[in-house]
Amino acid sequence: MIATLLGQAWHAMGANKLRTFLTMLGMVIGVAAVVLMTAIGQGAQLAVAESINSMGANLFIVLSGSTTSGGVRAGGGNAPTLTLADAAAIRDLPGVAEVAPVHPGSGQIVYGSSNWSTSVFGVTPGYLDVRRWSLQSGTSFGDSDLRSATRVALIGRTVAQNLFGAEDPVGKTLRIRNNPFVVVGVLAPKGQSLDGRDQDDTVLVPLSTAQRKLFGVSFQGSVRMINVQTESAEAMPLVEREMIALLRQRHRLRENQDNDFFVRNLTAVADSAAETTRVMSLLLGAIASVSLLVGGIGIMNIMLVSVTERTREIGIRMAIGARERDILLQFLLEAVIISVVGCMIGLALGIGGALLVNALASTAVVISGASVLLAFGVAATVGIFFGFYPAQKAARLDPIEALRYQ
Amino acid sequence: MSSPPVIRVSALCKSYSTPAGDFPALKGVDLRIEAGDFVAVMGPSGSGKSTFMNLLGCLDRPSSGEYLLDGRAVSRMDKDELARVRGRLIGFVFQGFNLLPRMSLQDNVAMPLVYANVDRAERRTRARAMLEKVGLGAYAESLPNRISGGQQQRVAIARALVNAPHLILADEPTGNLDSQTSEEVMALFEALNREGITIVLVTHEADVAAHARRLVRFRDGLIIHDGAHDGLGRHE
Ligand SMILES: Nc1ncnc2c1ncn2[C@@H]1O[C@H](COP(=O)(O)OP(=O)(O)O)[C@@H](O)[C@H]1O
Ligand SMILES: [Mg+2]
Repeated sequence: MIATLLGQAWHAMGANKLRTFLTMLGMVIGVAAVVLMTAIGQGAQLAVAESINSMGANLFIVLSGSTTSGGVRAGGGNAPTLTLADAAAIRDLPGVAEVAPVHPGSGQIVYGSSNWSTSVFGVTPGYLDVRRWSLQSGTSFGDSDLRSATRVALIGRTVAQNLFGAEDPVGKTLRIRNNPFVVVGVLAPKGQSLDGRDQDDTVLVPLSTAQRKLFGVSFQGSVRMINVQTESAEAMPLVEREMIALLRQRHRLRENQDNDFFVRNLTAVADSAAETTRVMSLLLGAIASVSLLVGGIGIMNIMLVSVTERTREIGIRMAIGARERDILLQFLLEAVIISVVGCMIGLALGIGGALLVNALASTAVVISGASVLLAFGVAATVGIFFGFYPAQKAARLDPIEALRYQ
Repeated sequence: MSSPPVIRVSALCKSYSTPAGDFPALKGVDLRIEAGDFVAVMGPSGSGKSTFMNLLGCLDRPSSGEYLLDGRAVSRMDKDELARVRGRLIGFVFQGFNLLPRMSLQDNVAMPLVYANVDRAERRTRARAMLEKVGLGAYAESLPNRISGGQQQRVAIARALVNAPHLILADEPTGNLDSQTSEEVMALFEALNREGITIVLVTHEADVAAHARRLVRFRDGLIIHDGAHDGLGRHE
């Protein structure tokens, strides 16, 4: 019976191929859009998750900040209000796991005939732990390097590629701002940060070396920023409060004075970035779903036309023994075939499009089985939902009225 | 005979609602048709013949009155049962043939079997056999528009017969045919009647009515004559 009905539906659809194709096209575009958009959305979410992971967990950044001088406030990190002693004091706070003071700067790096401009960070050995950064080759510098301000450097992969090409950088000497540095290690690749910077385009040197031999500081022991890692996510609010209180006290700020430093909760920033991409991918999916809905309405429209056109046929079928449910099934089946076949073509196009995006763009695109299944289920549902009303209209026709229809 | 008449109607009325108010097309028809009879229905245009046939064929419901088909009250049947009756007990032949244009003749003939849940192989054999019977076995795979009107009507008769009904209702089956083909179609009806199938047939032509055993005349929604073929029709 079903085989016969399928055959009849196929026949009816074949009778008006262009119309069937156009109706199907609505479904095809809808499903392809849903698959592609969710793939792009999930790819974006994955990328964000990866950069959050590369950033390090439970992180604060404390920036030395604006001293108010004559009503003019300098931007964060410019005035040297933080010191190494502040960093040491923060480390002693309960809930703090690690503290990594940083002196950021930049410079021209030269190796042989190649040169490269990049950021140069003065850091302590603990920085690598806080940022969950490992080495691809070589070794890190240690506390002794920090004490004696040796000229050693860790370089990121981008720097290594641009200066050394295929050569092994470890043990080679390069020049940073004309000072010779020995490369002791190459950092493992980290990829893009949340704000889209290439995290591998960097050079790390001991903090003391950066301060004394590369950039110079206004006064001994000052730092521009301190990375603070807490023991757990739960500890973050407490640490934030305690840290602010501690720094205010250490900087002898009076009640009515503003902080001369900034505390940024990087984890909160990361969370909101993750939330943003999640909402964005939901939104993409929702917009794509609208096109699926429009496709469904297209099916309903055409099925209604088809029922009207075939009123006489329906009358004949009823006159020779078709029951309401036979007619209902016949038209419903046509709608479902259109939507399911359209869905399959749409899936193929959507997946093809996602693979194409993957191949052409560097952004990741993730096709999940769940989204494919979902699209398929939605298509069948759309077919049944939007096919039902016209099919029911056909089935409810009065035999004699239908036969009289010209 | 203890078996009930195939058709028994009493005080059958049918009104159509029109913009000008209810129009009574049938005003109380009584009729009894025994199994194996061959009845010709005649009457001027608009006298209610088609209305009556549609009621007999369970395509429409009467406004009032009783209709017993094989002794069963049609008014008490639900929609599915009516569909079953239309598919299995009655074969309806229309003036305009009413074949489905995009289906082969064989598929057209086999269609009532689809709704009677007969399997594909059996449908094929029975549809073939019916086409052979009406002399169109060679055209099984053709489409309806490839054959003449007389041939189409024979296909429609084959479709009406395929589910072995014992009642054939035909509303002006020869109305669109020339006299030569009309004779062929009527010969077919006569042969079927000899096999024991009850036939009720509407016609305008006395020649056609002459094939029947009994004549019923309608005028203004009422039966004005019912009897053995009296030759009256020949003067119409
Ligand atoms: N669907 C309808 N709506 C309104 N009036 C109708 C309808 N069908 C038939 N009639 C009227 O009922 C009367 C009988 O029609 P019909 O049974 O078709 O007559 P016949 O077949 O004898 O020519 C006619 O006057 C016709 O105009
Ligand atoms: Mg008529």
